[in-house]
This record gives sequence, C-alpha cells and structure tokens, in this order.
Amino acid sequence: MTRSISYAHAVNEALSQAMKQDKNVICYGLGIPDPKGVFGTSSGLQEQFGSERVFDMPTSENAMTGIAIGAALNGIRPVMTHQRLDFFLLAMDQLVNNAAKWHYMFGGASSIPITIRLILGMGWGQGPTHSQNLQSWFAHIPGLKVVMPTTPEDAKGLLLSSIFDDNPVVFLEHRWLHNQDGNVPENPSFRVPIGKAKILRAGTQITIAGMSYMNIEALRAIAYLQTLNISCELIDIRSFNPIDWNTIFNSVRKTGHLLVLDTGSETCSVAGEIIARVSMEVFSSLKAPPARLALPDIPTPTSFALTKYFYKNAKDIVAEVAKQLHFDLPHEIPELEKKCPHDVPGNWFKGPF
Amino acid sequence: MPLIDSKIAIELFRSISKIRIAEETIAERYGENKMRCPTHLCIGQEAVAAAIGIALRKNDFAVSTHRAHGHYLGKGGDLKAMMAEIYGKVTGCGKGRGGSMHLIDKNAGFMGSTAIVGGTIPLGVGLGLSIQLHKTDQVSCVFLGDGAVEEGVFYESMNFAVLKKLPVLFVCENNLYSVYSPLSVRQPDRRQISNMVAGIGCVTTQADGNNAPEVYDLAVKSLMKIRNGEGPVFLELFTYRWREHCGPSYDNDLGYRSKEEFESWKKRDPLVIMKNYILKNHFGTENDLDAICKSVVSEVNDAFIFAEQSPFPDKADLSGHIYSEGC
Ligand SMILES: Cc1ncc(C[n+]2csc(CCOP(=O)(O)OP(=O)(O)O)c2C)c(N)n1
Ligand SMILES: [Mg+2]
Repeated sequence: MTRSISYAHAVNEALSQAMKQDKNVICYGLGIPDPKGVFGTSSGLQEQFGSERVFDMPTSENAMTGIAIGAALNGIRPVMTHQRLDFFLLAMDQLVNNAAKWHYMFGGASSIPITIRLILGMGWGQGPTHSQNLQSWFAHIPGLKVVMPTTPEDAKGLLLSSIFDDNPVVFLEHRWLHNQDGNVPENPSFRVPIGKAKILRAGTQITIAGMSYMNIEALRAIAYLQTLNISCELIDIRSFNPIDWNTIFNSVRKTGHLLVLDTGSETCSVAGEIIARVSMEVFSSLKAPPARLALPDIPTPTSFALTKYFYKNAKDIVAEVAKQLHFDLPHEIPELEKKCPHDVPGNWFKGPF
Repeated sequence: MPLIDSKIAIELFRSISKIRIAEETIAERYGENKMRCPTHLCIGQEAVAAAIGIALRKNDFAVSTHRAHGHYLGKGGDLKAMMAEIYGKVTGCGKGRGGSMHLIDKNAGFMGSTAIVGGTIPLGVGLGLSIQLHKTDQVSCVFLGDGAVEEGVFYESMNFAVLKKLPVLFVCENNLYSVYSPLSVRQPDRRQISNMVAGIGCVTTQADGNNAPEVYDLAVKSLMKIRNGEGPVFLELFTYRWREHCGPSYDNDLGYRSKEEFESWKKRDPLVIMKNYILKNHFGTENDLDAICKSVVSEVNDAFIFAEQSPFPDKADLSGHIYSEGC
C-alpha cells in the first residue's frame, strides 16, 4: 500500500522500520530526540526504541563518527544525522581516512556499515557556513557510497538501502525537500537500489540530469517547456557514487542533448564529471556541447540581494534549454515566477533555520 | 565586594542596556521578514559580554560564536554595521556576505565570529601566538559556549595555549544548553567544565555570569595575570538564554526546559542586577539610568534606520571578495 506523506515523514518511517527490522541499527546525532526531532525526521524514535539505541550526542562530530565506525566493526549499524552538512566537515578525517578505506586497506577483512545523514541548507540567509552542497567531495572518495534522493519515495527506499548496505553511505537531504509530499509504499521491505538513476519524466529532445531540489525546479521548467512543444527527459541522478551511467548514456543517445543540474558550485562538480563521461563515451550522439547549470564558484552569500543572483531556478533551466535547442523565449514568463520570495521554499517558511 | 567605581558601573549599565535593547528590537522586528538570516540572540546573557568587553582594552582581540551580537557590541563593535549586516546591506560589517552569524569589527579588535561550533577557539589561540611573537601586551579573548567544550579542537587548542603560556582569556558562557540539549545528555553528571580545564593545566575560575560587577572584577584580575606572562586563564560563567536557541521567540512551550528553571533565571536579570548595584552604591539615580536607556534606545533606532536605508549590494558585487588582491 502506498499513501502520500512528506519527505521528512518518509525518512522517519525508514528509520523506524530499519530499527524494527534489525536491533543493531542505532540512531544518534545532535538534537535527534529533542522536541523538534531534526525537522521531524527523528520524532518519536526514542520513545519507540529507547535511549540506548536513539540518543543525543555531545557536539563532537569527529569523535562520534569514529565511534560509529568502531561500533560498526562489531556489528552495529549506526545512523548518524547532522542538521547541516557544514557541521560534519569536522568529521572528514574519520570518514575519509577510516570509514572509506577500512574494507580496502585490510583486504576486505572488515566492513563499515554506517549511514551519515547530512542536511543541506538553502535560503533565508544560511550563508557561507550553513548551506554548502559538497556532494562532489564525498563522491570523489573511493569506498564511500553517496546518495541524494529527491522524492519522498526515494528518501525512504534509499535510506533503507543505505542502512542495510555494508559500506559507509553518505545520505544527502535537502532542507527544502522535507516538506514535499509524495506517494510512498508503506512496506518495510521496500528498497530503492543505490546506484540506479530514475527517469522522472520521459522526453525526446533533451536530457536533463538533475539532483535533489534542482529536480523540483526542473519539473516546473519542463511543464512550461511542454507548452512550447519542447519535450525534455528528466533523470534524477540520485546516486553519485556509484553513478548509473547506462541510464544517462541511453537517454543522451536518444535525445542528443544534455543539461546537467547541480546544487553545488560549478568547478569540479558532479555535473562536471557527468559531462566529462558523456563527452568521452557518447560523443558521437551529441548534437551540441553539453551544458551544466550549477552554482557560481562563490561562497554562499547571506544577503537576500545577493542570493537572488546566486541560486538557480526554473527560469535558468528554461533559458539553458532554449540556448541549447536554439529557440527564442518571451521576455517575461509569468508561469515561471515563484509565488514567494526566492530565498524560501514557500510562504510558510519564515526562517530562521 | 569588587572594587568598581561609578564610571565603570555606569559603563557596564550602558553596555548591558545597549545589548539588551538592540537584541529586543531585533526580536520585535524579526517578523517583518527583513532580517533574513538565522539569528541567535543573547538576551539574558548580556552581563558577560558587557563586563568582558569593558575589561578588555580596545586593542585586545576577541573572537566569538554564532551568538555574537553581545560580544561584538560589548567589545565596542559598530552597532550600525552590525544591524546593516543582519539586514544584508552593503554597509554591513561583512558587506552582506556573513549576516548575523559572521560579524567583524577590526577597529574594535573584534576579529570575527563564526557559526561552526568551536571554529574560532584555535583562531583566538593563534591570535595569542601572534601577540607573543610580536611581543606586545595585548590579550586575545575567546568567547565560547558550554557546547563548544565538547569539540576536539577545544582540547587541542587549550593544550597549546597552556603549553606556550599564550596570552589568551577563555570566556565560557555556560548557559546549560546546546540548542535543546541539556548538559545532562552531553557531559558527565557533576563534572564541572572548569575542573576539567584545570586538569589541562589552565588557571580556571567560576562565577555568576549574570552579575556584571563580579565578572568585571574577575576579568580585570585575570587580564593582569595574563599580561604578566602567566599564561591563559579560563572563566566559566553561569548564565541563561531567555529566548529560543535561534530566532526571535520564546520556546519554553517545547518542553525541553522547565518553566521554574526559566523563571528562576529571569529573576536574576543582568540588567536589574546592574541597576540595583548602581542604586545601592549611589553611583547613579533612577533618573540617570533612565536617561542612559533613552539615549541607548535612540542609538539603536538610528542603527535600524541606517540599516533599513542602506542599499543592498548589487549584482555586480556578487563575485567580490573571494580572493585578496595582495600577492
Ligand atoms: C560543528 C557544529 N556542530 C553543530 C552545530 C549546530 N549548533 C549551532 S549552535 C549550537 C549550540 C552550541 O551550544 P553552545 O556552545 O553551548 O552555545 P549556545 O548556543 O548555548 O550559546 C549547535 C550545536 C554547529 N553550528 N557547528
Ligand atoms: Mg550553551
């Protein structure tokens, strides 16, 4: 049975079902059992599973990551959560030097089944230290798996797959997705495999490979482009390590055009990697140079006036498609104007976090 | 009884009032949705910022945290530039780049505050190292919360500061919480932060962080020792945040702390404590203090007007300040 629930609820359900299925799954992070329950994603878990398995932690990101790795060496499956990816940067040493390499450097003797949930901030002046989208950092590290679901369904299915995967998985949640609703299977054995992309919209003229919140903007763009009889195929990349090359290549073979959307900054981005591979492998299918739409190589500004020119949205996507497919756009496209300020996901959002 | 003259007492009162009124005005006007950034108010904790700020010299350094408005103002930071920064204006202390969580005023020795917990602790120690190398008699002050003590970088930084006897004053505001998490879920029961720091080899003292004269007295004595080359000092100051962790409202309805606890701290209002101290010692009259508050209110209003009327940075400015031009 499926029903419509929010992304945050889907994450919560995955955690709860995983903990029910396996008593070795534990869940900790700053604020996990607090009254706000990390945007609702961890609400009720401590009541359900007790404070031995669900607990708050000291502000000690690096040590607590190493502690997760140590526990994992002896059969525990820790799920750690951080309210911002930026806070987790303190733990890169444990993640990169230990978690990512443990299986390899001991010749497969042990594995590290940990899941690191990182929430990526955006808007309302989150600024330089509360909104970094560093998915490419993680994707760059052999030995890590990296997923970034867009839909509530994938949030549940990929989180369950992450938790039961025997490798360290970085699970990236965009703050602006938590309140999005979607149909999600109730079944606790529901899984979405890591390493598979998903075709969100089938189309024929251009392949748009998107990720996370940018897919929401892409859906708005595609709906508008349809009114101009432009048919776009939207692929949700979903997994950055491994990347599902077949799905992307096959789509580009069909459309001959590629636009990649990235929530992070441009240089050395996941989008750059996808364009590189597509250019190398399916060059002969390309009818135009592939393009990417990512953030400029600038730390996130705080000011409302600056973020306006910093973040990308449906209008920018439409402009990129028009440029690549050589058609003209009207000067104003009222259908694409957001009904709320650019720095919030909706008028319900009044900050601060 | 601390030895504080009327001039210092009045300065303390003025500074506490200024921080209080600035913060209350932010809280009041946050709902206008023009201050669009996460904002951590220090209402209830002003005595620490005021007393330490006044005890420090202008050319002493300070670094701070996400909850920095008070530290910045107490140290003499420019109120207009802070408000403009919170409004995202080009006249802000970070030209709209940093917002409330990233403040700077080098003229006041306020070298920067950031929002990654523990992030500025080693920077404060590094400023201490630079002072030692330059052989001046300045001091570097590190403001931190009880939560920051849990970061590894805290221990590593303390160890180095003690090792090198660096001129650093650590000011730990223990307000009992990190976000909605009480100390009891983060640090062992009954272990005092100051005792643990003493174990690292640092001189430590605890005091009532809501009592500005007490904090001032302690800070002056500590700074004397530090300038004397005796090494760093760590102050653990007990205080309490009145409003929500981040944002303009109260959050006692969430149930993470008790109403009784909140009320008991609110009774020990740093502003009222300071006021009573002045009246009792005949350092000033009610009228004098009212006049100070009035002038502070108009100063704060001017800062808000300045912030509101200042221009936003423009589009061409977006890629400025990523790299320094120097080479
Ligand atoms: C490295 C890191 N981890 C977590 C956070 C989220 N966070 C922001 S403020 C805060 C509370 C820190 O508590 P404390 O140091 O006691 O300061 P207080 O808020 O009480 O002033 C936390 C955990 C962060 N900003 N940085
Ligand atoms: Mg605290």
